[in-house]
Amino acid sequence: MSDSIVWIVLFPLLGAVICTLFGTFSKKLCYPVSVLSMALSVWASVKTLIQAMHSSDHQVSYILGGWSLDLFPRGVGIEFRADLLGALIALVVSGVGFIVSLYSKIPVQRQTPGKEPMYYGLFLLQIVGLAGITLTGDAFNLYVLIEVAALTGYGLIAMGSNRAAAATFNYVILGTIGASLYLLGVGYLYLKTGTLNMLGIHEAIETHGLHESPAMQVAFVLVLLGILIKMAFFPFHAWLPKSYCHAPTTTSCLLAPLVTKVMIYVMIRMILSVFGVDFSFESTWWAEVLPWLVVVAIICAAVMALAQREIKSMLAYLIVAEVGYMVGGVWIYNYFGLVGSIFHVISDACMTLCLFLGAGIILEKCQTTHFDGLRGLFAKMPLTMIGFFIGGFSIIGLPPTCGFFSKWYLITGGMVSERWEYMITLMFSTMVMVVLFFRLIERIHLAVDESGKNLGKGHGDLGLTKEQTRFDEAPLSMLIPLLIAASIVILVGVYNQEVADQIEIFLHDFDLPTGVHYQ
Amino acid sequence: MFDDGSILNQLLIERLNYFIYVVLLLIGLWAMIAKNNLIKKLIGMSIFQTAIILFYVSIGVKDGATIPIYLPEHDPHGSDAQRDLNGTGSLLIEPQVLDASLIPQYTNPLPHVLMLTAIVVGVATLGLALSICLRIYRAYGTVEEDELLIKLENEDARKKGLPRKRWPRRKPTQNKPGSSIKNKKAGLPERTRVTKPDSARSRKPRNQTNRADRTGPESSHKSQEIEKKRPARRKRAKSSNPTKEDNAS
Repeated sequence: MSDSIVWIVLFPLLGAVICTLFGTFSKKLCYPVSVLSMALSVWASVKTLIQAMHSSDHQVSYILGGWSLDLFPRGVGIEFRADLLGALIALVVSGVGFIVSLYSKIPVQRQTPGKEPMYYGLFLLQIVGLAGITLTGDAFNLYVLIEVAALTGYGLIAMGSNRAAAATFNYVILGTIGASLYLLGVGYLYLKTGTLNMLGIHEAIETHGLHESPAMQVAFVLVLLGILIKMAFFPFHAWLPKSYCHAPTTTSCLLAPLVTKVMIYVMIRMILSVFGVDFSFESTWWAEVLPWLVVVAIICAAVMALAQREIKSMLAYLIVAEVGYMVGGVWIYNYFGLVGSIFHVISDACMTLCLFLGAGIILEKCQTTHFDGLRGLFAKMPLTMIGFFIGGFSIIGLPPTCGFFSKWYLITGGMVSERWEYMITLMFSTMVMVVLFFRLIERIHLAVDESGKNLGKGHGDLGLTKEQTRFDEAPLSMLIPLLIAASIVILVGVYNQEVADQIEIFLHDFDLPTGVHYQ
Repeated sequence: MFDDGSILNQLLIERLNYFIYVVLLLIGLWAMIAKNNLIKKLIGMSIFQTAIILFYVSIGVKDGATIPIYLPEHDPHGSDAQRDLNGTGSLLIEPQVLDASLIPQYTNPLPHVLMLTAIVVGVATLGLALSICLRIYRAYGTVEEDELLIKLENEDARKKGLPRKRWPRRKPTQNKPGSSIKNKKAGLPERTRVTKPDSARSRKPRNQTNRADRTGPESSHKSQEIEKKRPARRKRAKSSNPTKEDNAS
């Protein structure tokens, strides 16, 4: 059965319909329905991944509406295609969606009381959009799904406080510019190649030799610019931090790990499968300029993260820095950089999820995520903090976690292409993240006053009162998802070779430079 | 002037559509970035999306071509369709696959169809953005971006227990309205401390500056005047705190 690829998208869609229609009669229905539909979606994406791994050409294809390839040429009808990359990212999307939907029970009731049906409807539609982006094989369909994901995202963020609504407005404007530029780029692609199917576009570029065509280069620049805006690459990141840190907890847990990463997936897809490696890296001057932009992006984002005094906005700037990592990994143009980039999409989704789930619990328990409110949290809720720290260690890149291995590939890529500036920037930002997280760890373990002075006297005296260290763990429905996410971070790290193997099989078909030793 | 191949000819006659689409695109982009009023930004967003629709429609145009449906005699549902009414009711003329010679007389429908989807997406985005505007207006009482930013800053300051900032003082003369630089500045505690106690101002100058800044060229002149007055006022404010209640009433 090759239908499972469609069910990845259909389960959440049906769930969204059920939630919005029947949720108004009984609000208790929404939570189980969304968990169930996400669980089924995870099952479908696991099945799709297994199918893709075992099929001869390592991909699963399904054409909607019964336009079979036997009767019609490629490009008639919309195709869903999952190669190993798409299937992996789809699994990440549905997996994160499942964990967050488990987590959502208390925060949604607390933060958007009375609006549960609408909230869960948007929540599931968001998954539909994001999973659809990873699976579709049609360039225009991709635009529509980007907009589905974006519109539901605006709604999910604006459901929070008034402040969140104000922050969403910028997001709407920038997001629309990004998506429209992408649409314009697709227009030029269609003008030149006469098809919207991604494989068809690639074939047309190859057979007609469109590498030198100015229209194609305009298309490439527009598409890339649109995607860079949508993924909050540094100069275009203005929408991200505010909207994520004022959004309701569940929203930021869902959007932060997924939206930017899925957009990086779109960039990789466009470069590898649509425009082709030769065109992307050799026909335009982007390949020369972007690595330097990445350097600026990572440094600026890391420094801005240092300036934040609140966990959520600090994490938001970390996301901007991580986006820089991944874009850099793609644009240093070699095999290891791309493996690292794709691996980092997966691992960054896991660890960002971990951190935001932890931050959500802190917000729930302490009513604040400001640094000054964290005093003695470790004694109060040790399990939550362990989960939170595992995410943090993974962002820093400590070995048993998945962040180490993806960063390892990225740095290897930087060395192979002799992009020393990229390598040094990665090192620098790693140092910044060490500072960030150990500053947090200090504040969470010890009593530190506003100016950063330690209140404890040493020798076991942490400077905490009895009241501050009383054991008060998070509710289980929030704790368990966090621990699942933390264990996934470690599991992906331990089984990194298996994940990297699949990525390498996917990249095998593309003609990428692998460096001196492999020639 | 309008010879073949001259730039003017290309811009104004041969490629007028594309010229207009680029102009519209830039107008939309400018409005989105530079306008201060949120609703005007949304109008810019609409223009931006419409420009792209114009582009798509332009690439689908073909001179002298017709809509891509069956010719009347081939249409199984049209008035020319002939059915075998006595017998089974089956069609006398089957729908035909077009042969290659007929194809050039049809336009390509796909760009137009795509734009139907894009219009729907545009309407959805506009509706959502307007509803967000409505919410902002209900919460903060304004749709002007600079006023909104100051109110947001005050909200942050109130949370942290810092002094509030008043509207006319920090009129953004130094940076353009609507620029994202201002966004980053919002919420920094150091900046909010610049403000003086509320007693420094009464209602009257506030409205004046407010209007002056809107009207353009003279605004810089007036705000300079206010700039000059500022130090004197500050001293007064520091010396006489009790006036606060007077002014507030």
